[in-house]
Amino acid sequence: MNKENGQKVVIELQNVKRDFRVGSETVRALRGVSFKIHEGEFVTIMGTSGSGKSTLLNQLGCLDTPTSGEYILDGTPVRSMRRSERAILRNRKIGFIFQNYNLLANTTAVENVELPLMYNKTYNAKQRRQAAIRALQAVGLGDRLEHKSNQMSGGQMQRVAIARALVNNPAVVLADEATGNLDTRTSFEILCLFQELHRQGRTIIFVTHNPDIALYSSRNIMLRDGVICEDKENTSILDAREALAALPKEDE
Amino acid sequence: MSIKNLLKVAFTAILSNKFRSFLSMLGIIIGVAAVIIMMAIGQGSKQSVRDDLSKMGTNLLTIRPGADMRGGVRRDPSEMQTLKMADYESIVSEATLVTHVSPEVTSSGQVIYGAKNTTTSVYGESPEYLDIKLWTVENGSCFTEEDVKKSAKVCVVGKTIVQELFGDKNFDAVGKTIRFKSIPFRIVGILKAKGYNNWGMDQDNVMIAPYTTVMKRLSAQTYFNSIVMSALSEELSDDATEEVTNILRRNHKIKEEDESDFTIRSQQEWMETMSSTMDTITIILVVAAAFSLLVAGIGIMNIMLVSVTERTKEIGLRMSVGARGIDIMSQFLIESIMISLTGALLGIALGYGGSWMAKHFFMLPSSVPLWSVGLSFSVCAFIGIFFGYVPARKAARMDPIEALRYE
Repeated sequence: MNKENGQKVVIELQNVKRDFRVGSETVRALRGVSFKIHEGEFVTIMGTSGSGKSTLLNQLGCLDTPTSGEYILDGTPVRSMRRSERAILRNRKIGFIFQNYNLLANTTAVENVELPLMYNKTYNAKQRRQAAIRALQAVGLGDRLEHKSNQMSGGQMQRVAIARALVNNPAVVLADEATGNLDTRTSFEILCLFQELHRQGRTIIFVTHNPDIALYSSRNIMLRDGVICEDKENTSILDAREALAALPKEDE
Repeated sequence: MSIKNLLKVAFTAILSNKFRSFLSMLGIIIGVAAVIIMMAIGQGSKQSVRDDLSKMGTNLLTIRPGADMRGGVRRDPSEMQTLKMADYESIVSEATLVTHVSPEVTSSGQVIYGAKNTTTSVYGESPEYLDIKLWTVENGSCFTEEDVKKSAKVCVVGKTIVQELFGDKNFDAVGKTIRFKSIPFRIVGILKAKGYNNWGMDQDNVMIAPYTTVMKRLSAQTYFNSIVMSALSEELSDDATEEVTNILRRNHKIKEEDESDFTIRSQQEWMETMSSTMDTITIILVVAAAFSLLVAGIGIMNIMLVSVTERTKEIGLRMSVGARGIDIMSQFLIESIMISLTGALLGIALGYGGSWMAKHFFMLPSSVPLWSVGLSFSVCAFIGIFFGYVPARKAARMDPIEALRYE
C-alpha cells in the first residue's frame, strides 16, 4: 500500500491530460494535472467555469479516463480499465453527491440509499436495508426513513444523497457543488455534516466555485485553464457550526 | 443486480406510468386474444366436423363411378354408369373385409300427401344402409330384403318429411301412403331425428326406399350412382378398399396398366380433406392475428425508447453508483418483457372469454387448444426481448457524464 508520512494515499494523479475533439478542434480540458490526496483529507477543488474542474471531477469519479497520464484510486490504476470494471470500482470506492441530489422519484429515503448496494452482490436484502438505515441515521434522518423524495426539503434530500454516498463505505466522497442548490442556512448545515464526516476520518473532495467553502476544508486546490495554479493546506479551518450559530434566526 | 430486484424495479417503473403501460400492453392483449380465439374456433370447427363425420361411421367406404376427378375435366357420361348389379353381387359374395353393403341410386323431387307437398331426395338403398350410416328407425321398421326383391313401394322417411306432410314431426305416419313422382310409397318406418350436419344439410329431409324400386319405378336406370359399405373396422379401411378395388377391376376387365373406372373414398380420407381445409383457414386467420402482435411489439419498442429518454438522468445516476451496462440493459429488457408478458396473460384471459362467447352467443364450435396458450406466451416473451433490445441497448450505451447532465 502506498503510504507517505504514515498516511495512506487514496488518490494519485500523475500528469493527467484530457483532450476533447470538438469538430476539427481539440480542446485541452486538462493539461497535465498531478497531485496526491491522503486518507482523511477534506479537499476543495475550485476554479471558474472552463477551468477544467468538471473534467477533473469526472476523472476522479472514474466516469471518464485520461487521454494520457495515470490516475491511481486507492491503489488501482484506472486508465486502462474497461467500462464495466470502472462501474464496479465506482460502486466500491466512490460516493457521489450531486448539486441537484439526483434522488429517484417516488422512492423512499431508504430505497434511495440502498441503490448503490443493489449493484453489490455481497449484500443481501437485509444487510442492504440495515446499512441504509445506519447511513441515514448518520446524516440525522433516522426518523425520515420511509419518506419519499418528493416529501422532503432540499436539505433533507441532500442528506439522503449524502447517506447514499456513504452507504458503501467509500474510499473517497466526491461532492459536486453539493450546497449549490441550498439556501445559506441549509448550506451551513450540510457543511457541518461534511466537517463531521471529515472528523470521522472520511476522505472528501468538494468541487465548487464558491470560495467560502474553502475556508472550512483542510486543503484547497485551485484550477485555471486545465492546470493547478494553487495547492495549499488550510491551517486555520473554520468551524461551520459556529458560522451556523452566528446566522440570524429564521423568521417563524 | 439480482433478478428479484430487477423485477421490482421494472414493476415500479410500469406502475409509475400505469396508463401508458396499459396502452402499450393493449396491442399485445388484442393480438394474443385474437390469435387464441382464431385458434379456438379453428380447432373447435375441425373437431366438430370430425365428430360429424365419425357419426356417419368411421369405417364407411363409398364407391363412385369414374376415375378420381382431377382438375375440372368433364367426364364422359358413360363413365358414370360403370357400377352395375353384378358389382354389388360380387362384393356381397366375395369381399371378406366389408360387413354391410348397399347400392345407392338417388332421385329428387316432390313428395305429396293429400294437399301438402315438400321437396326431398329419395335414396334407393338396401336395408343394410341404416347399419352402414349408423341410423336408427324410431317408429316402425326398415323395409326388408323381401321388399327389395319385389321392388316394393315402401319407404322410410326422416322427421322433416313427417313435419312437412303431416304437420307434426311426432305424428306416427307409419302405414300412410305418400306419393313421389306419382308413385305411391307406403311408409314403413320413421328415422330418428339427426338434425343439421356441419354443411347445413338437413339430415332428416330424406326418404329411403329399396334400390330396386327407385331403379325400376322412378329413374329407370340399370346402374348405381354409388355403392356404400362398411369395412370390418376403421383400421381395415385401406385393406377393404384394396380388396374391393381388385374385385371391381376384375369385373370391369380393366388391364393392369389402366386406371380404374371407379373411385373408392373412405371416411378417413374425407376427414383428412376436411381437416386440412380447416387447417388452412385457421393458419390464414392466425397469421393475420399474428401480424397484430408484430405491430404491438413495435408499439412496445416505441414506448421503451420514450421511457429510456425520459429516464436518462436516472440511468446516469445508476451508472455513477456502479451499475454496469449489463445491469441497465437487464433493467429495461425486463421491463419490456414484463409489459409484453402481462399483456399476454391478459390477452389469454380475454381469449378464453372470447372463445366462450363465440360458443355461447354465436353458437360457434370453439375450444381453446392448450398449446396455443403456450405458443402465444412464448411469442410474447420473444417480442418483449426482441423489441426491448434496441431501447435497452440504447440505455446501456449511455455515457454516464452526458446522462447525468441531461435535463
